[in-house]
Amino acid sequence: MARATASQATGVVGWLDQRMPVVDFWNKHIGQYYAPKNFNLWYYFGSLAMLVLANQIITGIFLTMHYVPSEEGAFASVEYIMRDVPFGWLIRYMHSTGASFFFIVIYLHMFRGLMYGSYKKPRELLWLLGVVIFLLLMAEAFLGYVLPWGQMSFWGAKVIVSLFGAVPYIGGDLVQWIQGDYLPSGATINRFFALHVIAMPLAILGLVVLHLGALHEVGSNNPDGVEIKKLKNEAGKPLDGIPFHPYYTVKDMFGAGFFLIIFASVIFFNPTFGGLFLEHDNFIQANALVTPAHIKPVWYFTPFYAILRSVPDKLFGVVAMGAATLILFILPWIDRSPVKSIRYRGIWSKVLLFTFAFVFILLGWLGSQPPTDTLTIVARICSMIYFLFFPLLYFVSGFDKVKPVPERVTMHD
Amino acid sequence: MIKSNKNRSLLLVAALLASPLNPAFAEEGVCMPFGEAQTNPTDVPTLQHGAKLYFNYCASCHSIQYMRYSRLAKDLNLTEAQVMDNFGYTDAKFGEYITNNMPKGGRGNAPGSADWFGQTPPDLSVTARSRGTDWIYNYLMSFYPDPSKAVGWNNVTYPNAAMPNPLWELQGLQAYAEPAHEAHAAGGSSDEHEGGACSPAAFKLTTTGLRTPQQYNEDIQALTSFLEYVGEPAITQRESMGVWVLVYLAGLTFLLWLLKNEFWKDVH
Repeated sequence: MARATASQATGVVGWLDQRMPVVDFWNKHIGQYYAPKNFNLWYYFGSLAMLVLANQIITGIFLTMHYVPSEEGAFASVEYIMRDVPFGWLIRYMHSTGASFFFIVIYLHMFRGLMYGSYKKPRELLWLLGVVIFLLLMAEAFLGYVLPWGQMSFWGAKVIVSLFGAVPYIGGDLVQWIQGDYLPSGATINRFFALHVIAMPLAILGLVVLHLGALHEVGSNNPDGVEIKKLKNEAGKPLDGIPFHPYYTVKDMFGAGFFLIIFASVIFFNPTFGGLFLEHDNFIQANALVTPAHIKPVWYFTPFYAILRSVPDKLFGVVAMGAATLILFILPWIDRSPVKSIRYRGIWSKVLLFTFAFVFILLGWLGSQPPTDTLTIVARICSMIYFLFFPLLYFVSGFDKVKPVPERVTMHD
Repeated sequence: MIKSNKNRSLLLVAALLASPLNPAFAEEGVCMPFGEAQTNPTDVPTLQHGAKLYFNYCASCHSIQYMRYSRLAKDLNLTEAQVMDNFGYTDAKFGEYITNNMPKGGRGNAPGSADWFGQTPPDLSVTARSRGTDWIYNYLMSFYPDPSKAVGWNNVTYPNAAMPNPLWELQGLQAYAEPAHEAHAAGGSSDEHEGGACSPAAFKLTTTGLRTPQQYNEDIQALTSFLEYVGEPAITQRESMGVWVLVYLAGLTFLLWLLKNEFWKDVH
């Protein structure tokens, strides 16, 4: 009634549509959202990230029903969930395994963006929002890791929060302000719990909406880096595009099924993943008087931890670690290549990208090892390569030979 | 070409999942002369045997405070009467946690167990998860009398442990001696060798126990299995449930694959 474009839908949908643009919304974002038809395996990870996010929120809600955010109660309440809450063990394993899988999925999702130039114009904002989500996700994971209040929770929190002590002048006060105490304690658990279950998820959800909004405005990139909006048929639809629904809804559902098989394999058959997803030391209740032999963060933080450790000075180590994440923001403006996808870039671009990926994985391994002289040197070299990637990308993308990009997308399977 | 590549990467994922990740408990330099524990934490007779040993020899000092008697009865196929008559030697009720009367604390104003051993015997609820089953198995296998220690015992896996061997009447007494030819060998790795300081050959049974060495080994495997179960009671249902979940997901994914192909056959 109010809008000229209100659809002719009848029944419940019609009633709704006359009061709220549900049909428009459905069409804009799903039914008539045209996505390139040549998505490959790498394009599953966006929808999988949403699946894992939903998993974390739903299992998280049930965990909060039994978890006790206090110094005396935290560790015992997690064991209560594991033993006395019906299927509590399953909910907890889904949440803890989900945290690790979130990072597996997000790292692959980000690497996809790097490979196919998905950050390049016109998708800069999409990339920026994604990096912010990544930063918030790291904060969310860190806060959640403290909650079971095992030894690694306590000592991990102590190490990470103490990094803020490197801030000149106000560092010491800042650490106390964050912890609410001189050491990580019940006050810390309470505030981290609040941030973990309300503040961060709310911010992440909001940003995911913005991320999708930005995506649907500019349209999806694809493995060829071809802008499908350039070539349209008489009806104004992209020649190489297909409606998201039903094509990608059914494809992503298949991808979700395949993902869930792997996810369930870990949950049911190796939930600690050999001490990688749930660390052995975290089955010992937090004790400020006993320092574990080897304090290390969970696997998904170890690349950044390796960078932190490779700098001898605390303040500059913290700066380097922060810079390693923040530098991702400038990526859209330092890549000068006329093509997006790695498929049509020259050999030097490929060498550069895969070296970067390899070094990132190597840093992850280094960050999980106790530091030795040799490993520290290797970590320093890797950290330098990590940062060199960005200026090198500026130069390589300027001179590297590119292959002609086809007019239309190519189908490989 | 592309297809086979895809298949190969799927195989790789499957192989990664199937390969038993070596649990990285291995703290540098921990001696585990008896190798891996062959635990069986889902086998009810094994768990019953382990529980019997636990309550006879461990429970008076070591609580399992996150475990309830009632849960034990359910998972170990025992009746309330069986559990409470045999295991419930405190005044605890069936639905309560398995603690003990060992006074906590000590070495301060109030007397406690720490005065007797130097520290309070730790709760063992999740020790199998923090230390690992191999550690527990080797620890319980490698006690030997050592008059130089306050408790009269020492341990190879956990040197200077403030704990006597509660199972000595079962195991008997074993002497531990570093083999002479090993004394001058430098470096920890040589210890792993056959006949080295960290091998079963370094132990010699001097007084036989109530159990033969083979029976004792089975006892300790059962006790370790019990502690593994106590560390994660869900283990009794986790894997058997997982099989059905995977069967369901495989069927569902196959149907979704057919559905996807049905829609995608007109995309070229």
